[in-house]
Amino acid sequence: MIPAEFEYVAPTSVEEAVRALTEAGEDAKVLAGGQSLIPVLRMRLAAPNVVVDLSNLSELTGVRDDGDSLLIGAMTTHYEVQRDHLVHDHARLLALATDEVADPQVRHRGTFGGALAHADPAGDLPAPALAMDATMIIVGPGGRREVPAAEFFVDYFTTVLEPNDVLVDIRVPKLTGWSAHYEKFNRVAQAWSIVAVAAAVRVSDGTIAEARVALTNMGPTPVRAHGVEEALVGQPATAESINAAAARAAEGTNPTTDGNADAEFRSHLARVLTGRAITAAVGA
Amino acid sequence: MRITVNVDGVGYTDDVEPRTLLVHYLRERLGKTGTVVGCDTSNCGACTVHLDGHSVKSCSVFAVQADRHEVTTIEGLARDGKLHPVQRAFHENHALQCGFCTPGMIMQSLDLIADHPDPDEETVRKGLEGNLCRCTGYQNIVKAVRDAAHHMRPGAGPEAEQVTEETRSPSHAGGGE
Amino acid sequence: MTATVEPEIGKARLRKEDARLITGDTRWTDNIQMAGMLHMAVLRSPMAHARITSVDVTAAAAMPGVLLVLTGEDVAEEQGSLPCAWPITEDMLAPPAPSLAVGEVNFAGEGVAVVIARSDYEAHDALAAIDVEYDELPVVLDMKAALADGADLVHPDLGTNKSATWVFDSAEAGTGSDVDQAIADAEVTVTRTFRQQRLIPAFMEPRSVVVDPGGGSITMWSATQVPHILRWMLAAVLGIPEHKVRVIAPDVGGGFGGKLQVTPEEVLTLLVARRLGKPVKWTESRTESMLSAHHGRDQVQELTITARRDGTVTGLKVDLLADMGAYLRLVTPGVPILGAFMFNAIYKFPAYRFTCVNVFTNKVPTDAYRGAGRPEATFAIERMMDELAAELGVEPMELRRKNWIKHEEFPFTTVCGLTYDSGNYEAATDRAMELFGYEELRREQARRRESGDPVQLGIGISTFTEMCGLAPSRVLGSLRYGAGGWEHAAIRMLPTGKVELITGTSPHGQGHETAWSQIVADRLGVPFEDVEVLHGDTQSSHKGMDSYGSRSLAVGGTAIVLAADKVLAKARTLAAHLMECSESDVDFSNGQFSVRGTGTSTALTDVVLAAHVAHNLPDGMEPGMDAESTFDPTNFSFPHGTHLCATEVDTETGAVKIHSYVCVDDIGEVVNPLIVEGQVHGGLAQGIAQALFEEAVHDESGTLTTATLADYLVPTAADLPHFTTDRTVTPADSNPLGVKGVGEAGTIASTPAVVNAIIDAVRHLGVTDVEMPCTPMRVWKAVHEGKERGVPTTPVAAGGLGSIDAQGGAE
Repeated sequence: MIPAEFEYVAPTSVEEAVRALTEAGEDAKVLAGGQSLIPVLRMRLAAPNVVVDLSNLSELTGVRDDGDSLLIGAMTTHYEVQRDHLVHDHARLLALATDEVADPQVRHRGTFGGALAHADPAGDLPAPALAMDATMIIVGPGGRREVPAAEFFVDYFTTVLEPNDVLVDIRVPKLTGWSAHYEKFNRVAQAWSIVAVAAAVRVSDGTIAEARVALTNMGPTPVRAHGVEEALVGQPATAESINAAAARAAEGTNPTTDGNADAEFRSHLARVLTGRAITAAVGA
Repeated sequence: MRITVNVDGVGYTDDVEPRTLLVHYLRERLGKTGTVVGCDTSNCGACTVHLDGHSVKSCSVFAVQADRHEVTTIEGLARDGKLHPVQRAFHENHALQCGFCTPGMIMQSLDLIADHPDPDEETVRKGLEGNLCRCTGYQNIVKAVRDAAHHMRPGAGPEAEQVTEETRSPSHAGGGE
Repeated sequence: MTATVEPEIGKARLRKEDARLITGDTRWTDNIQMAGMLHMAVLRSPMAHARITSVDVTAAAAMPGVLLVLTGEDVAEEQGSLPCAWPITEDMLAPPAPSLAVGEVNFAGEGVAVVIARSDYEAHDALAAIDVEYDELPVVLDMKAALADGADLVHPDLGTNKSATWVFDSAEAGTGSDVDQAIADAEVTVTRTFRQQRLIPAFMEPRSVVVDPGGGSITMWSATQVPHILRWMLAAVLGIPEHKVRVIAPDVGGGFGGKLQVTPEEVLTLLVARRLGKPVKWTESRTESMLSAHHGRDQVQELTITARRDGTVTGLKVDLLADMGAYLRLVTPGVPILGAFMFNAIYKFPAYRFTCVNVFTNKVPTDAYRGAGRPEATFAIERMMDELAAELGVEPMELRRKNWIKHEEFPFTTVCGLTYDSGNYEAATDRAMELFGYEELRREQARRRESGDPVQLGIGISTFTEMCGLAPSRVLGSLRYGAGGWEHAAIRMLPTGKVELITGTSPHGQGHETAWSQIVADRLGVPFEDVEVLHGDTQSSHKGMDSYGSRSLAVGGTAIVLAADKVLAKARTLAAHLMECSESDVDFSNGQFSVRGTGTSTALTDVVLAAHVAHNLPDGMEPGMDAESTFDPTNFSFPHGTHLCATEVDTETGAVKIHSYVCVDDIGEVVNPLIVEGQVHGGLAQGIAQALFEEAVHDESGTLTTATLADYLVPTAADLPHFTTDRTVTPADSNPLGVKGVGEAGTIASTPAVVNAIIDAVRHLGVTDVEMPCTPMRVWKAVHEGKERGVPTTPVAAGGLGSIDAQGGAE
């Protein structure tokens, strides 16, 4: 399969990228790591006139310590995220979820920002970003703005990003000392999640002091399991309380039906996997 | 667009359409037909090559993105007519049948060993999850990768074939990982 | 005496083929570049059933680099009808099968037009500019609905969706008694319906064809398993003189039956190359392959098994519906018939009836896929034996032991009239149970049941046999197959002592270059390295029936033995002449002729040279030492084995994990144990994949929703277990090597072992079946809702390319 023709632009600054996107209008696509876009172009499911490649924007790569948060450049590859010690120490949930993204080759090219902007409901990174209250730092023609993850994801493959916006950084509040787990359920290793659960907890003296739980592929966007979080906080870190909390995992979700799972099964999986994710995190 | 790419130690400068996939550039323009295309969706991994020392699927990289970078293909592994330890291990462990997935499988195995110099079975299986083989059931591939890793440990053979951090740098791509 | 050399046969030789494959020095068809070569791309129908009301190619034809755009109408006169070589009954209905659709499309993916351009990129750009208008017709997908009165028809001209009905009845054939009587008299009757889902062979190398029409004849390179059949059929379909066509199968990247075909694209590439007078290449994308290359399986199987209370089986009735898809390809109708003689398997059924109805639907045609008919049969009978055991409340292995053919009963003529020459089911089973730790796993299973462990353990058994070594030509003739089943080999003894072996088999991953070299080296006493195997080119190997059906070694290998024997016979005569002794005094071993009781000897290589220079030959002897032979087997071979699978079923999620897998196969004598083990591993992977992962799914409009490897789940290394394999050896009586064939064993045996293990894990929870593939949802639903038939599949999975719309964003 062969992509349709397009004009290729590889800007050397974010401003230049925004300008190029603005000039191209609706017909442009941003190329980050390309691990979803290039197959889509090959299949001719999309045929943009202009492709704006961000790979020359070295300022968009890397993980920086920013006090209470990490600032992760949108063009940081999954491989870099996996191996970054700041992520390991302060955003363990993200590191664990990134381990589950696609396969090693894809992780060498694919980027954190690209995965978030792609907003595949079955993708593994939106839910951890949501769980960790990440903030998207976006540069558009009107300048720079920040959008919390809870507002960033709008629908299937749709975010608040305008066609001429560039996601430049992701601010991830540190969860230092928290334990975490990403529980992914799929049919073969390289398949997308049927359902997955991102969980991070802070346990203090045997009690769950804080909890963050978000779900992958339980609706058009990642879903924060607020009910589960509420039910966990203040409870002892025991199987009984975890399971009681996990029973609320499907609340407020809108799972789809497809060849792998119907809505009923997805809801069931959400409950089971949430229990397992929290249990694993607590035990971690 | 004009690009300059180093492939298997040779520099090439070419004009390419931006939409040209790296794998098509390698096969059609450079005659590097050792690297093959098995799918449209980056699932099969048959097209795996190294870009600056890291495995990538060359069907999901545009040739223009390889501009000023180094590419190593299966054809750049053997040195002076001597097989790379991973190639040798695939042969000695009967890790291939039709051989179509083999170039990609070998290139990914190299990458895996660079990250995991002494991988257990599970690490190998997970490290190859981006490469499909329809013939072998993977058992002998797993065996070959572990065998190769064994032969590539520091002190186990020629220095150029050992795994070290430096060998990940582009200038060593192919020879040592 | 010289020192005894280790026999070549049985040696774990490393493969000769590997040198080029591990270095990228390969000759895939798509690697071929020729001066002036053009590229063909095929526009495929998005509709499963429609009238083509117009095709406008004006814009496409005017695009840069485009030389030619052709529609079905443009080639209607010359394209002929794609061949079906197996009209299973006299009254079988077969529609014309155009390479490019004319007036009507009958499956989504059928070719509608082709573009020939300077480059592949330009050809694909032009495809997008072709404007086709369709008038939708009702889509026929479900076989039962297709056979109902008043059903919509795939081919209205045929007046029915039924292609043929094929029956074998042991009472009528005189090979057994009447199954209806057995059912009437039965103490125990179990009836089940199983679905063999549609599968996609998914060979790793996409198909590719290059045709060079230059030089007064046509040369075709194709990624095919069957260069000889292809050449014959191209001549037959297109009316090209056969001697003006040369077909070459260069390196071929897997087939599994999927490249046992004469494809529309082979015909079309030839037609356009001839028309333009230029070499033309067509290489498919993976999606094209999934959409248009033939699929496999796709049957609904209804079985009734009868038995006495003591467990003795008394009868078996099999009713199949087999989905042909929209057309009959090369052996489409015969695939289910290859299973007809295998449902009775290793058991002593006195009464048997098999009825198969072949049905047309608006889907891509089915045809051979690894095992072809026999996996379906083995699955059904092995599932039934477990169901019968459950019904009777007996241990499933004991039920099998009670009914299988005992080793002292061979040769045994079955209720189908086949004579199994040899086998030892007891030996293979005992070894497998020992390796498996059968009793300990049963205890572990009991522990988990007792404790209500959410992860239950199940043990699945498959004691299988298969008919291989396709096939005795006379039997094929009696089954109305259009060709023979013999195989050919020729040996060229070169003056320097090197040997060229020409084989009619056409390997595409099986390692024939290595194994055939071993056979030649073994018979002639020449070094393994001195043998070159020539194959896959009708110019060097003019005669052959190619590779499929685990036939290459049992049939083709035997032809090699016979040819080598002819070489030796002539060499012995010449050696006696040269050594001035009587031929009866000449011994041959390790490449040396010696005169018995003397110190005189001469090497085969010297004899070959003498034959070549021809200075001193016996009167009447022709110069040279070449020989050829064609072997037609008189019987099939019958590999067998015992496969044991333990699965862990997570009752909370329906996830299935293979805990351990043991197989002990008896494939007779072994030429190369390394290659044999590799074949078993790969076969297991494909059989397990049918049980757990793979399914070609169509939506209600007939669109294949699993048309990429993101959606059609071929397992990765991380999804498969480590296999424990072993062998017992009961030599075949039907060929001088004593070999049986191994290509399909793993695939045939493993699917029921896995599914039986899943059912066994949760049978106590009320589950008696889970439809394949046993997805987590199906298993979970079966456990928790008692929906034994599983759940209907619905298309369009989130994730994967299926879910990426045109707005798919960037990553």
